[in-house]
Amino acid sequence: MTFQPEIAAIRFGTGLGPTHRPPTSPEALLRPLAGPDDMAALHPIPRSAQIEAEVHAIRTLVRQKRDEPDREEELDRAMRARRDALRDLHSAMAAATFARAVDTADPFRERLVQFWQDHFTVLGMGGLGDYAVAPYIESAIRPHLQGRFADMLRAVIQHPLMLLYLDQNRSVGPNSVKARRGNQMNGMNENLARELLELHTLGVGAGYDQEDVRQLAELLAGLGGNLENGFRFFVDYGEPGPETVLGRSYGRRDPKLEDIHAVLEDLSVHPETARHMARKLAVHFVSDAPDPALVDHLATRWADTGGELMAVYQALLEHPSAQGAPLQKAKLPFGLMTSAFRALGLDGARLTALDANRVRRTLFRPLAAMGQPWQRPLGPDGWPEAAERWITPQGLAARITWAMDLTRKFEIELPDPRDFLTHALGTLASEETIFAAHAAETVEDGVALVICSPDFQRR
Amino acid sequence: MIDRRSLLLRGAALGCSAAASPLITPVALASAPWDARLVVVILRGAMDGLDAIRPVGDPHYAELRPGLLAAAPGVPISDFWALHPALSRLVPLWEKGELAFAHAVSTPYRDKRSHFDGQDLLEAGTGFVPGAPRSRDGWLNRMLQVVPGMEAETAFAVGRDDMLLLTGDAQVANWAPEQRLTLTPQAERLLHRLYAGDPLFASSVREAIALTESLAASEGTDLDAEEMEEMSGMTSMSAGNHADLARFTADRLRRDTRVAAFSLTGWDTHNKQIGGIDKALTQLSDVIEVLQVGLGDIWGKTAVLAMTEFGRTARENGSGGTDHGTGGAMLMAGGAVRGGKAFGAWPGLSEGDLYDRRDLMPTGDVRAFAARAMEGLFGLDPTVLESAVFPGLDMAGTDRVIL
Repeated sequence: MTFQPEIAAIRFGTGLGPTHRPPTSPEALLRPLAGPDDMAALHPIPRSAQIEAEVHAIRTLVRQKRDEPDREEELDRAMRARRDALRDLHSAMAAATFARAVDTADPFRERLVQFWQDHFTVLGMGGLGDYAVAPYIESAIRPHLQGRFADMLRAVIQHPLMLLYLDQNRSVGPNSVKARRGNQMNGMNENLARELLELHTLGVGAGYDQEDVRQLAELLAGLGGNLENGFRFFVDYGEPGPETVLGRSYGRRDPKLEDIHAVLEDLSVHPETARHMARKLAVHFVSDAPDPALVDHLATRWADTGGELMAVYQALLEHPSAQGAPLQKAKLPFGLMTSAFRALGLDGARLTALDANRVRRTLFRPLAAMGQPWQRPLGPDGWPEAAERWITPQGLAARITWAMDLTRKFEIELPDPRDFLTHALGTLASEETIFAAHAAETVEDGVALVICSPDFQRR
Repeated sequence: MIDRRSLLLRGAALGCSAAASPLITPVALASAPWDARLVVVILRGAMDGLDAIRPVGDPHYAELRPGLLAAAPGVPISDFWALHPALSRLVPLWEKGELAFAHAVSTPYRDKRSHFDGQDLLEAGTGFVPGAPRSRDGWLNRMLQVVPGMEAETAFAVGRDDMLLLTGDAQVANWAPEQRLTLTPQAERLLHRLYAGDPLFASSVREAIALTESLAASEGTDLDAEEMEEMSGMTSMSAGNHADLARFTADRLRRDTRVAAFSLTGWDTHNKQIGGIDKALTQLSDVIEVLQVGLGDIWGKTAVLAMTEFGRTARENGSGGTDHGTGGAMLMAGGAVRGGKAFGAWPGLSEGDLYDRRDLMPTGDVRAFAARAMEGLFGLDPTVLESAVFPGLDMAGTDRVIL
């Protein structure tokens, strides 16, 4: 099989559209990825430091309120204004994420952001944490797409939201200075250590045991921080070393952040990590049951380059079994919505112009009905991949209903369904889809049926 | 305002129309390995068990809850227990032996009192050792995994929120009652044609259309309101999403579904609990009533379990509410339940009896009661329940809860 531009635009990009030319080669996907991040500039999302400043401002008001009860009313007003602004920012960040996928001429980048943010899932857990998820992606994921896996891993593991989410921020080594001072409040917590091995690197069922988890948890003790002040390494929480993880010894007596960096480096290039990530990339981009040769090819490239991500992507894009029809995956709801907007020629600015209420109604609600509530997967393993988990009676009914209502939600000048067929699917439309687009009673139905077709729902 | 007549019609009609629906499967051909029904309702936000089911016979109770007691006097159901007034509609069920509760119960989750973790662990049913792996499936799904003969609609997750409780390798159907798939005849015809070559899409759309039609059928039936009221013995029935969840659940349980779950929210009553818990308990009462009426004869082989992530502080706080606590209560309703009983060992409410000197001391594991329910309803072996469903659970010492 040789490289097929239309397939690649759907499988590795955010879909076809009237104003976007499909990539003509793997290089056409990789070149813009190596260049400047135009979408981050066009539809900005704040970095974590900005959110920390916001959280700091709100918490300062809370403290002031406690200390100056006679100013309660004034401080309450100020706090409400801050919180309202954050809520608006939350909607704006979501709209910007949609708009990037719709507008981009560098679509593989957006898809990779989605892949990696899911691989390193964090949840806001309600409260102010919810506002920190998009900035986490902007700070810890997006700048590291093109580098070494080890660098992304380090950024993620040192991000306060990840540390909060997986209970690392309060983990105290059993023989740490903190524990020896008699602070019995918090013990050691193995949650991050376990997920780091099971989800982030080696994969479930790989060759590690409970003792590796325990030793890694001892090594990680000291990583901490919060949404207000960002990341910190607390030497007093650290367990005196050395610790042995997967047969290798790390650290000396005094806990050091460098020892944690060393174990992350080793984990990032472990053969089982290479295998796990190779399979995960193949499953995410190509097929729920990928060709073993593709997985081997990716794992070999990972091992040969020490997890250089651009080289791994190159391996993915160049492999014959990643290039041909049929499209085997079901688009996730976010991918379905953005690819439909893109096929309709909608300008991303239309999305970023939506106020918080309209973002809720036109973006969050349909996403939730289709089974993908915004930034709320069930757990640290992220969204499921299998088409069967998405194309359910509920999920499909919500997809169809959304497509049928779409033209009432946005004032879009609808194309002739026959033109839309070409914008959305190029030469990939099947006879059934062509028939439906021609036989529909109205323009609205014709466009909706193309969006509902398996040709368009799959990627 | 709510039009009570139309609500009654809507609520009761579901049960009546089911028999006329061409979609119904006769019980003799039912798809599950058993005929009993289990409904699990997750009460998200931490229900104040001490306010819902009140230990008024405990000498310390009144002093802990002066404001809450004065504002909403309870309804005594025994020498020791009283129900919150918003549960008073359930008193007849208690008297008939179709309502029970377990008090001073909790999961093994302790001290951090986070809703997020508490609910995850309640639904996972395992992973309580700090730092232990979070389970990726829920206990109700694991129960389905150990029973052969499950079919597509044996278990139903009702509502839009993805529930960890029913997530896992066993197949579970899902539908939100507010979801409809309404198409013009031409669009429907074209969709079927579009999906003819893709079985996943074809079967999903067929089922979605069938579910929409069955919902429409139960909405459109015009029956005499007084007749319905007489049949049901209902005194009130509220509108809203919660009632829709219960109606839809009852409708499914009359067909092939044997296990269903959904969530109710609104239990996190830090401030002005009087209003908050009244609304939440009224909704819970509505749900139980709608299920009872909607299920008709099947109510006799049904158990509804309402459980929450943890209890709330024994003492009311300075803003007329209660804060996150530990021990709480679990409600059980249905004709299959050993009703009229208060399960669990009461620990007392003196300061020394409290957990951490602030919360109701848990004396029982809420999972053990759920396990007893599954044992009684489905004949599952306790050793399976203690290993595959709730790894490490000890059911010994927990009473039978099913007749």
